[in-house]
Order: sequence, then C-alpha cells, then structure tokens
Amino acid sequence: MADVNRGNRPLSPHLMIYRPQLTSISSIMVRITGIALLGTAFLIVWWFIAAATSPEYFAVVNGLLTSWFGDLIMALSTWAIFYHILGRIRHVIWDLGYAIEIETAEKMAIGMFALATILALITFVAV
Amino acid sequence: MVQFNLPKNSRIMTGKTWPKPDGAKNVRKFQIYRWNPDDGKNPQADTYFVDMDKCGPMVLDALIKIKNEIDPTLTFRRSCREGICGSCAMNIDGINTLACIYGMDEIKGDVKIYPLPHMPVVKDLIPDLTHFYAQHASIMPWLETATNRPQKEWRQSIEDRKKLDGLYECVMCASCSTSCPSYWWNGDKYLGPAALLHAYRWIIDSRDEATGERLDQLEDPFKLYRCHTIMNCTKTCPKGLNPAKAIGEIKKMMVERAH
Repeated sequence: MADVNRGNRPLSPHLMIYRPQLTSISSIMVRITGIALLGTAFLIVWWFIAAATSPEYFAVVNGLLTSWFGDLIMALSTWAIFYHILGRIRHVIWDLGYAIEIETAEKMAIGMFALATILALITFVAV
Repeated sequence: MVQFNLPKNSRIMTGKTWPKPDGAKNVRKFQIYRWNPDDGKNPQADTYFVDMDKCGPMVLDALIKIKNEIDPTLTFRRSCREGICGSCAMNIDGINTLACIYGMDEIKGDVKIYPLPHMPVVKDLIPDLTHFYAQHASIMPWLETATNRPQKEWRQSIEDRKKLDGLYECVMCASCSTSCPSYWWNGDKYLGPAALLHAYRWIIDSRDEATGERLDQLEDPFKLYRCHTIMNCTKTCPKGLNPAKAIGEIKKMMVERAH
C-alpha cells in the first residue's frame, strides 16, 4: 500500500504509553494462559516419558514435578486452564454475535478472573 | 510483527522544561511529545506549565494556550473544536481521543500527550495517516450499484436507514485503529477497526449492490481476521461507536453466506 515511512520518521510510542484496559488485559491473558499451558503439557509428557524409561529417571522427574515448585506450576496451570476455557467460551459468545459491548465485555472479564479463581480453589479442595 | 521496543531513532529523550507562568496559582503540568524533522535528534518529552485559571476546560484549549503563549513551535492538527472533524485525535492520559472534547477534569495528575500510537510521526503530535486513508479507500467507501440510476434519489426504508446508525457518525479520526494492538503489529495488512467499520457501513446499506464483492475482498487471513476482539477500539472511540461489533457482524456474515 502507500509508502508511509518517508525520511527518518520516528515511530510514535505504543504499548509502553497505552493504558491497560480491562478488555485488553483479559484478552491477552487468554493467549498467555494458552501458551503457558502448552509448557505444562510438555512437562506432563516428560513425566510420562520418564515413567516409560526407567524407575530411576521417573524418580527424578516425579520428584521435580511434585516438589513445591512443581506444585506451584500445577496450581497456576489449574487456574490457567479454567481461565483459558472461560476465555474461549467468551469468544464463542462473541462469534455468535452477542455481547460485543464494552459493559458486557468488562463484566465477562471480571467474571472470567473470578470464576477461574473459584473453580481452581474448588479443584484444590476436591483433589 | 510484534515489536515491543521502539526503534533506535524513536526512543523518547527528556526534553526541555519551559518556565512556569508568573503569578499563577492554579498551575497544571503537561508532558508533551516533541519531534522536529529538521534537527536530526530523537523525539523528546517537553514539560509545560499552564495557568488553569486562564484556560478553557478541554485539552485542546491548553494546547492552543501553550502554542499561543509559551511555545509557538508546538505542532498539532485541529480544526472544528467540537468533535466533528476528527483532526485533533491524539493519545491523552494513556488513551486515544479527540483533544477538543476531552475535558482536563477527567485526567488525574499530570497531562501526558503523545501522537496516535504506532504511527510514523510527521512532526510533534502529527502522525502520518497516508496508509490509514489508503486502507479506507480500499474498502470502496461509496455506493456501488448495478441497476440504473433512479430519476431522483436511491430510496431506503426507515428500518434500513436505521441500520446505518452508529456507523455513519465515524469521523475517521483514527483513534480506534491506532489503539488496536493487532493494528500495531499487523497494520500493513490488517485493515483495522476504522476501515472495517466503514466496510460494514457499506455492506449493510440496503441500497448497495456489491455486498458479495465487498465480503470477497475481506475474505483474507489478515484484512479482517486479525481482529481478536481486544476491544480497545470501542473503549476509546471518542464518538461512542462500536467498531468491534461491526467487525463481529462482518465475521458473522462470512459464516452465514458459506452455508
């Protein structure tokens, strides 16, 4: 399209000066949780591979994943998977043409954070 | 492409602090982005102090006061001073809006003003909107018809006319498109909320006879589908319009016509 960068024109600041919005934060969190959960999935695959390799190897990996640090990752992942599912449900609602208004989108954003936290807590109690 | 840092020539340096007005009691601090194409230096943020007892209520009033009384080199676009021309769109206090209709009472603390985000800067608060306008032109912003021209006007029912409410009011200020992270990273190929709202305005117009072609043109991985419903556009629109919804409607029409 049009030649926009004539001369040595600077690029105006963007992410660093734009105030985070409830809608934008809840949106990027869906993507961040999605990518992070892929990492967790790899950890679990690693755990399975270790189990199929040798008892010694399994002991090492199992020790790591059930350490306080492993517990922390799994706890955060529990929250992340609920948040991600709720985020995708919000996308389905939007794709059907409903609730694309700031007021409802912001309510759903707060709802996603709250409900993911509640569901994660219920999971911790149940397990 | 996602690029979080500004290029080297775009990093903002600390600028000049201009003197405070004499004898003023109610002084407000302004930090304003400056870039001069002629001095070869990086952009800088200048500090100004404005006597609020002798200044109008809107951000544009303060900018004009600064230009008239403190620093005549401060450069910005403005025209109608009532939110209908869209010239004075800029980033004020972290959001994009029109300086003429944004009251300074809505801002807490110092007033920070930057040009519209992620755009090439012509000078100070003036972004280069060439590409933005070219994208608008690409969606064919006019009535496309095949039938013969009627003797008088193209007629439309009241119900059909109502479908254009919330769309025709757009003044093309570019606040929405330049608030959109997708437009920041893929603005070369993604049309952005403003152009897409206009695209929908012509798609939904009962008098237009090129709906299929218009949808065909948007059937592309980037032009339409880089919208991820982040909704910065709707949140920031100074006219209270909803580009996110218009884009959602286009996406829906794409699915509907495929079945």
